[in-house]
Amino acid sequence: MTPPESPPAGTAERSALDFAGREPALLCFVTAVFWLLVGSIFGDLASLKFQFPDWLADSGALTFGRLRTAHLNAMIYGWSSLAMLGVSCWLIPRLVRQPLAWPRLAVGGAMIWNIGLLSGVPGLLAGATDGLEWLELDWRFSDPWLVLGGAMVGGALLRTVLGSKVEHLYVSVWYTAAAFVWFPILFVIGNLRVYTGVESAAVNWFYGHNALGFWLTAINLGAIYYLLPKVLGRPIHSYQLSLVGFWAFAFFYSLNGMHHLVGGPIPTWMITTSIVASGMMVIPVGAVAVNHHMTMVGRFGALRYSPTLRFVVLGAISYTAVSLQGIFTAFVEVNRVTHFTQWTIAHSHVGVYAFVTLTLFGSIYYILPRLVEREWPSASLIRWHFWLSLGGIAAYVLALIVGGVLQGMALLDPARPFEESVTVTLPWLAVRTVAGLVLTAGHLVFAWHIALMLSRHLRRERRLPPWHEAQPRLYEESG
Amino acid sequence: MNLRVWLLLLGAVAIMSFAAMVLVVVPAALLTEVKPSPGLEPYTASEASGRGVYIREGCMYCHSQQVRDTTITTDEARGWGRPSVPGDYVYDAPHQLGTMRTGPDLMNVGARLPDRRWQLLHLYQPRAVVPWSIMPSFPYLFEVKAQAGPDDEVVTVPPAWAPESGVVVAGPEAVALVDYLLSLDHTQPLAPTEATPRAR
Ligand code: HEC
Repeated sequence: MTPPESPPAGTAERSALDFAGREPALLCFVTAVFWLLVGSIFGDLASLKFQFPDWLADSGALTFGRLRTAHLNAMIYGWSSLAMLGVSCWLIPRLVRQPLAWPRLAVGGAMIWNIGLLSGVPGLLAGATDGLEWLELDWRFSDPWLVLGGAMVGGALLRTVLGSKVEHLYVSVWYTAAAFVWFPILFVIGNLRVYTGVESAAVNWFYGHNALGFWLTAINLGAIYYLLPKVLGRPIHSYQLSLVGFWAFAFFYSLNGMHHLVGGPIPTWMITTSIVASGMMVIPVGAVAVNHHMTMVGRFGALRYSPTLRFVVLGAISYTAVSLQGIFTAFVEVNRVTHFTQWTIAHSHVGVYAFVTLTLFGSIYYILPRLVEREWPSASLIRWHFWLSLGGIAAYVLALIVGGVLQGMALLDPARPFEESVTVTLPWLAVRTVAGLVLTAGHLVFAWHIALMLSRHLRRERRLPPWHEAQPRLYEESG
Repeated sequence: MNLRVWLLLLGAVAIMSFAAMVLVVVPAALLTEVKPSPGLEPYTASEASGRGVYIREGCMYCHSQQVRDTTITTDEARGWGRPSVPGDYVYDAPHQLGTMRTGPDLMNVGARLPDRRWQLLHLYQPRAVVPWSIMPSFPYLFEVKAQAGPDDEVVTVPPAWAPESGVVVAGPEAVALVDYLLSLDHTQPLAPTEATPRAR
């Protein structure tokens, strides 16, 4: 048993720790939300194309293949990655009790990252793509900016960690700090332009799968490990379990990627390695799930009071769900049905939305008030956002799981014409479009709420005292 | 204290390097020996530029280019061809194996649908040939001209889909794309040893 962070620090110390990381964190959050809205529009348009394939067909920029790509990249490298950079700039200083080193470098890094996206994402619509899933951003005018910007933010964070004097490194620091060395390695390996043929496919999925694991998952697990105990005012259940969870995660996850190519034209031993490693993922996933659950047990009532907790607990549950779904999908018996179907899209949204995005929403609900020293203006806007997110993602995932299984069964039966595999999915794809629009509505509420909060902050309207710091356990939302 | 951080970071890098060794470096060494499958030729200039259009328009997000193992799938029974092997892809960079089959696998579409006029019309308006299709139409790869020139490939569009006046002519990108699609033919049988590369 260890405390959720190093010995309790006073309010003043915490505000001082938050202070240096404030500018980079705010910049990251605001631009992340911009990309969230942009990515939502691309996603909705792409989804509508299944209902109206001849709509907006006259311009290449709005064809399905390009919109889908712009959606994915805006959401992964725009929304998720920037929000994660923001969370890290705030979390690391708190955990190692050391103000963010080189905050200007971090601000510059976040700007440069955005420059990479501002040229890369419109570039995708214009048709400039590297042609590999998850690695589409242009290697000339987008990737180099991301590498540079990421290195600058990561440099500031690693410098902070290395300069700290705390005796104990909390588990969130392991995940976050490690992510900042893992991701650059992966991103560079993935983007090297030296692979051909099936090797290009193998490297593609080595990258794609690990970007999910060692970037998105690592940082968000770190955030959950911090926020659950913090909001509950109760230490994480077991230090040993988190230790096992971390190293088993690193070891097994990194070998998973080839399960994206089950039955495909790469050497069997590679696929088998990944299937076995995928099965072994029950160890870290189980360790994390038990640890989080035991921390929550008996405190579920707190969900009513803390919006952060509501989002983060759902995120944590979804992490378990997406991992189990992934392990299940790696098995040949399942994979032969689900592999080339909408099931995959459902799976990626359980991961990137229900787990990652909900966790990031929860984190921002916690962090932003502490950055601007002001409470969220409206409890009902938070409630709207929560229910739109939850309803939207539940409908989204269920529709595509059902649609995907029906599609896969039709594809697997050569007696049924290909046409059936298309027509069985149509109603479910329509539900998906509606679900996507609901999610977008939630994003608009969220963005509006942030805008409201920041505009009051900028106009220096009356501030509430940061009373949530004096009383860090459960707090009532202000009206 | 710093020692702990260094240990953590070194451990993290070590694990990632191990995984990259197993799944990237070793396969790269093994796969350098892959020979092109029988009958496979490098792409012509036009096919290669058509492949660029295929990548740019994101056909990959709806079409796979891999016939999977017959022991676990029915791809071959569906008429999509023999299971794919590494030798089928030696000229492909980046690969376009794909992860989705909203539309059929295209590994052998050139052998299955060799008619240029069908392909052009299908790209111009899929629903003109396959009424239930949800594939996007790509009219911007075509031009509407008052009169076709001597070298133009004219697309015969059924009246329901035809422009009010003029003729539909394939643009250079549509021509290249169809050249590429027709080149997708991996139907030549493999030598017995190559047919089971997975046993390695
Ligand atoms: C939104 C998904 C989608 C996209 C994007 C897409 N297709 Fe299709 N494609 C389909 C569907 C569905 C079918 C089956 C119905 C039909 O034949 O139109 C199909 C069929 C085909 C066929 C006929 C295959 C056969 O065996 O009958 C070809 C060739 C083809 N597509 C080529 C392309 C090319 C080239 C592109 C990119 C320029 C592309 N498709 C983009 C969905 C898509």
